[in-house]
Amino acid sequence: MGAWQSYRLRVRRRYRLARALRRQHELTSIVDRTDKIKRDDLLLFSTQRNEQIRLPYFLEYYRDKGVDHFLIVDNDSDDGSMEYLVEQPDVSVWHTRHSYKKSRFGVDWMNWLQMRYGHGHWCLVVDPDEFLIYPFCDTRPIRALTDWLDASSIKSFSAMLLDMYPRGPITEQPYHAGQDPLEIACWFDAGNYTMTKNPNYGNLWIQGGPRSRVFFPDEPELAPALNKIPLVKWNRRYTYVSSTHMLLPRGLNQVYDEWGGEKASGLLLHAKFLDTFTVKAEEELRRKQHYSASVEYMAYAERLRDNPELWCKWSEKYINWRQLEILGLMSKGNWA
Amino acid sequence: MSVGILMLVHTAFDRAEQVARHWTKYGCPVVIHVDANVSQKDYKKFVKAMSDLDDVKFCARHKCEWGAWGLVAGSQSAAEMMLDAFPAVRHVYLSSGSCLPLRPVQELKDYLKARPRTDFIESATTADVPWTVGGLDQERFTLHFPFSWRKNRFLFDKWVDIQRLLRIERRIPQGIVPHMGSQWWCLSRQTLSAILQDPDRPAFDKFFKRVWIPDESYFQTLARLYSTNIESRSLTLSKFDFQGKPHIFYDDHLQLLRRSDCFVARKIWPQAHKVYNGFLRDPEGAIKMSEPNPAKIDRIFAKAVERRTKGRTGLYMQSRYPNEGWENGMTFGRYSVFHGFAELFEDFEPWLGRVTGAQVHGHIFAPERAEFAGGQKVINGALSDAPNARDYNSIAFLTNLIWNTRGERQCFQVGPRDEGAPVWFIAKDPNAQVSVISGAWALPLFKSNRNFADIRQEAARLQKLENEQLSALRSPYAKSRVRIWTMAEFIEAPMEPLQTIIDEIGVNKSRRLSEVPRMTDLTGFGQFLQNLKNQGMHPYLMGDFPVSQVDGDQKKPPRKPYLVQ
Repeated sequence: MGAWQSYRLRVRRRYRLARALRRQHELTSIVDRTDKIKRDDLLLFSTQRNEQIRLPYFLEYYRDKGVDHFLIVDNDSDDGSMEYLVEQPDVSVWHTRHSYKKSRFGVDWMNWLQMRYGHGHWCLVVDPDEFLIYPFCDTRPIRALTDWLDASSIKSFSAMLLDMYPRGPITEQPYHAGQDPLEIACWFDAGNYTMTKNPNYGNLWIQGGPRSRVFFPDEPELAPALNKIPLVKWNRRYTYVSSTHMLLPRGLNQVYDEWGGEKASGLLLHAKFLDTFTVKAEEELRRKQHYSASVEYMAYAERLRDNPELWCKWSEKYINWRQLEILGLMSKGNWA
Repeated sequence: MSVGILMLVHTAFDRAEQVARHWTKYGCPVVIHVDANVSQKDYKKFVKAMSDLDDVKFCARHKCEWGAWGLVAGSQSAAEMMLDAFPAVRHVYLSSGSCLPLRPVQELKDYLKARPRTDFIESATTADVPWTVGGLDQERFTLHFPFSWRKNRFLFDKWVDIQRLLRIERRIPQGIVPHMGSQWWCLSRQTLSAILQDPDRPAFDKFFKRVWIPDESYFQTLARLYSTNIESRSLTLSKFDFQGKPHIFYDDHLQLLRRSDCFVARKIWPQAHKVYNGFLRDPEGAIKMSEPNPAKIDRIFAKAVERRTKGRTGLYMQSRYPNEGWENGMTFGRYSVFHGFAELFEDFEPWLGRVTGAQVHGHIFAPERAEFAGGQKVINGALSDAPNARDYNSIAFLTNLIWNTRGERQCFQVGPRDEGAPVWFIAKDPNAQVSVISGAWALPLFKSNRNFADIRQEAARLQKLENEQLSALRSPYAKSRVRIWTMAEFIEAPMEPLQTIIDEIGVNKSRRLSEVPRMTDLTGFGQFLQNLKNQGMHPYLMGDFPVSQVDGDQKKPPRKPYLVQ
């Protein structure tokens, strides 16, 4: 990488940080329990809008995995989810009415909160429908992983988005609060992912999965990106660039090995396709607050009308992380 | 009181305390060295917590940095204190704060009692050790290392380069031969005191202070001077990954550690409660005299290192995306590509499936859709037949197909119509077996019911495309098993090539083909080619077809498509 390129990325990173600083005023603190954060605590950052039904299981899942504190931005919910979050002892809540789109899909807000509270901590940035799976997650807490990453001088951990879906039409099995969404959406695509390297940022650009297969068979280039780097030992100089797909400085995107080996990696099980999805898709389409004019949601809405089924004969049923490892979707790397 | 434990501690004091209490409870005195980098407050707290134990002592503190002298200095101080304060100690065992005894202390005592003069210290000459990371082995002893590897990596590396350039070499003190090995040892009083009380010790210390990673070589070298009976292995189970960092044990290793029969393991994750609770308790059952057997653990960690350095062949994923040439196998396994066979033989695909048992696809790179076996729209791994999605990244499509069908041989057809086919990739892939009958694309045209002008145009196009594909297969970069016949060549003796290809796929080894595919009727094909020539097109890829064949055929009754014998 030449000096000029390096300089440009530096300017871009600074610009991102400046944006985050500027947009901090869009956030109003509702309840601030950040004084409870101890050194070395594992922090989770999230943005949510009207996810009341998902929140109880989401919090339970990550508490169980060892997250110490949740820092959540509520983007103008009206379903009582903010009130629910305020009652939780380990959650700090900020509220905003500002545009999700204008804050670069929440990235500016997340960058600000991480700059302010995440410095020196391992930070996990996930949506309420994303569940982190990592090697040995059934027997070891996230802290074991981050300790190992620390000992190996690794600063960022990759976890590709794996879209989960139910068998049959997605409206068939209703989801109720507190339920493990993977009981319903327990199927996934095992082997139709494609990737290319992004020459500017050095990250992999991964596409594929059921969304590409069902919603974008003719325009695969429009299918959503699945590469994610949600777990980072944060420094206030770091910044996410586009969702959690890539970061600056670009060295943090080097989560893959280029010399034949496998680095350790996990997955974000994406339980988006529940019965709640159809309502959500229509709302998101109305609000037009999503990526590239919500082209994704337009495609969904179109297909959803004729009662879609994401499941196919070759869908794989989720069992555990070892299965995902054997299928080659994630790797233990040299963690044993 | 036959065994004394030295413990080097710098963090996780509660665990160190727990382990020290365990040792003393079963009659082993403990001398603890606490890193001088630990704050005075934490140190005092730690000392105070253990003040009720008489058999635990704290020695002078040294600053410990990985790869530097401090660790040796700490071990020396602790060892001196141990030998002075506990005269009954016969063996001294060096351990760290994250070490954990796996077997009842009595078993260790008995084991050492049965070997009173043996020193357990891994010690090998530099020429014989494979584990050095970063390429410094003999040079650890002959170069100077004034810069910290952790903090000043750049200066460290540069200084090594400069010394190599200037051929600077330190003199190794008389009488010693550098040896290296695990820093966790168990030495007898005789050997250890001989090392510590050697009149030449100042000279040795001076030399080793400037050696790189002296804790892996100081005692290992000097023990060779005095020991009468060195058992060159460590009693501590300690595994290192490819970067030279110790592997860590967790709760899910509990059974594995139990079965290893090792005396002490390093290093344990401080929050592995089950492991600590499982081993730091009163022994149950009879005392065993078994030898340590870490083979199974060795295998697991060796596999982890291999996964990290070599990875799984043919896998492309979020954390394995090899540069070209570093794939360690471009695809998962062998597969066969047939070019022109499905055109020449009428029932080629089902026939191939029957004789080989492989999964036989049609033209998976056909412009209309991927013709998966059995006409499926989606196949293993939920790979879709949508042509745009496939052509978006045709190499990934192919590598995915081969990865998804691990354990089942894949065969598919490719032809000049399949413009999206990653022919160069296939040509370079040693896993590919490519068999080509060139010019067979003309057969569907010959049988088609189209205007001859269109046929001529299409023939010219396909011939050009096929020629491009052939040039990839014939290029010096091609690493696949390529066989190319012209059509004329092939139909002269079709059995032999077929037999070779099938043998190479290797399902029905050394069996003659009992069933053969049915060749399409070629009557009039020679004339068809002649017509193309007469129209100014030059079909050459199929080889020389005599026009005259037509005459010979006319004498016989119109024959059925014939079997190849």
